[in-house]
Amino acid sequence: MSLEIIEGCVNCWACLPLCPNEAIIEARPHFLIEPEACTECVEAYATPQCAAICPVEGVIVDSLGVALNPPGSLQPQVA
Amino acid sequence: MSASILGSPLSAGGCSSARCGAATSQTDQLPASLQQRFQDHPCYSEEAHQYFARIHVAVAPACNIQCNYCNRKYDCSNESRPGVVSEVLTPEQAVKKTLIVAAEIPQMSVLGIAGPGDALANPGRTFEVFRELSRRAPDIKLCLSTNGLMLPQYVDEIAAANIDHVTITINCLDPEIGARIYPWIFWNHRRVQGREAAEILIAQQQKGLEMLVARGILVKVNSVMIPGINDEHLKEVSRVVRAKGAFLHNVMPLISEAEHGTHFGLTGQRGPTPEELKNLQDACAGEMSMMRHCRQCRADAVGMLGEDRGSEFSLARIDALQIDEAFEQAARQRRAEVREAIHAELEAKRATRHGGKAEVLSFTPLARGRPVQMAVASSGSGVINQHFGHAREFLIYEASSKGVRFLGTRRAAQYCGGEVECGEHEADNTLARTIAILADCEVILCSRIGIEPWRKLEEAGIRPDTEHAMESIEGSVFAVWRQMLESGRLDVAPFADQMRA
Repeated sequence: MSLEIIEGCVNCWACLPLCPNEAIIEARPHFLIEPEACTECVEAYATPQCAAICPVEGVIVDSLGVALNPPGSLQPQVA
Repeated sequence: MSASILGSPLSAGGCSSARCGAATSQTDQLPASLQQRFQDHPCYSEEAHQYFARIHVAVAPACNIQCNYCNRKYDCSNESRPGVVSEVLTPEQAVKKTLIVAAEIPQMSVLGIAGPGDALANPGRTFEVFRELSRRAPDIKLCLSTNGLMLPQYVDEIAAANIDHVTITINCLDPEIGARIYPWIFWNHRRVQGREAAEILIAQQQKGLEMLVARGILVKVNSVMIPGINDEHLKEVSRVVRAKGAFLHNVMPLISEAEHGTHFGLTGQRGPTPEELKNLQDACAGEMSMMRHCRQCRADAVGMLGEDRGSEFSLARIDALQIDEAFEQAARQRRAEVREAIHAELEAKRATRHGGKAEVLSFTPLARGRPVQMAVASSGSGVINQHFGHAREFLIYEASSKGVRFLGTRRAAQYCGGEVECGEHEADNTLARTIAILADCEVILCSRIGIEPWRKLEEAGIRPDTEHAMESIEGSVFAVWRQMLESGRLDVAPFADQMRA
């Protein structure tokens, strides 16, 4: 069980200090999640911390490839 | 005749009107103990910024909120705006870079942490730099800039780290308005969106402001002016933050070029015109000290305001250099000497200005004559010493029968250095864009200027003037205005108004 950072990540660092398992690696072209270390924050937090702060839609996905922040989810709700 | 005839931005003892935009006269309103605390701070003192330099170290990459004027992708070296950097530094690299820069640029008086994310979303990294530098370079003032979300939690640590200036970006007090500026925040381990997010952020900012003031830490408030969203509301913001003890309010224009990829940029939200910005700053100035010389620096800016020498201090170079205690000691000594020399020069200038005032005051027929806006090309020290074509920004002044006042700075259009990344746009219309930026000015004062720009500026009703090269800015602006008055040129409307008619 592990989340994955995919292409589109802008290397903004927001997730790195939040991960309770220190599973996030500063890498290029984009940051990565060490699969063995990631627990998807189960039991630690109500929601995976990396996905809760990530400013880019669609770049953090679960093991089925489903985006935790799907398209449109981070857009302003008011005009 | 009032003593405000030469109420110039540089005369510390001059204009005391609350409406004067000049920072040194702004500071006249404040207690002497406060004035002394920021007299060497280039960002807070219009006078100091021409002599002292600052460094921003980019150690704080993470951010805990989203602003509609920010794009978290910050790697373009050709952009100059907040939130943008070329390299993120480790705390060790940041400390070493600061010590090297402060040795090579002895006018360095301030270190700031302003991102590229939020200083307090990276508390470990931020406070490590502050702790180390207050030990190794105690003469350098420390400041940080924050969105305020985590401020209440870190106020005690800020006080303990000897940080005496904090900037909070406050764009609103009304959560309805906030929801149009901040789509979400990260709060208590979850993402909060919409109005609830704005409510939390606003409450934290106000609480943080109050707590800092209670601890005697100087607080400046930055606001981004977003036409149609918070422009009118910022007058209320100004009133409230002043009442709570912020010492300076800095209203900055929204930067929203589409190519920066921000939400506002992509949805066509425009920034204010120079005139709209000036009107709002004037309206807020009645309530509180305003800051007009802010350059909206990058989070890794190095050098004097308006210049960026960051490229001279690349990470590769910093890593390669070795520094030791003797190096740091010598640099501290040199900075002390330079600081003393600058203070002596400023004292001498103030004395001269006081001496010169009587002569100007004896000139009586000044009650008439409309105000005139002028642009100035200067690379610092308060004199007109820059070639028009070399100017990366222009200082805007207004001369009138009441004297000379500084209105702000405007960035000159630049050839984009990165055509490969940024596309083939612009290139040949740079001059036209600069002229558009200066459209409400009637004179441009510079040390030299090419024939082609001269002709095009004149066609646009902006008269180039190189007669005052190497002379003091405020004296020259006033002299040109007086000349216009005497020659009857102020009896006719400005060119821009004629064109509109």
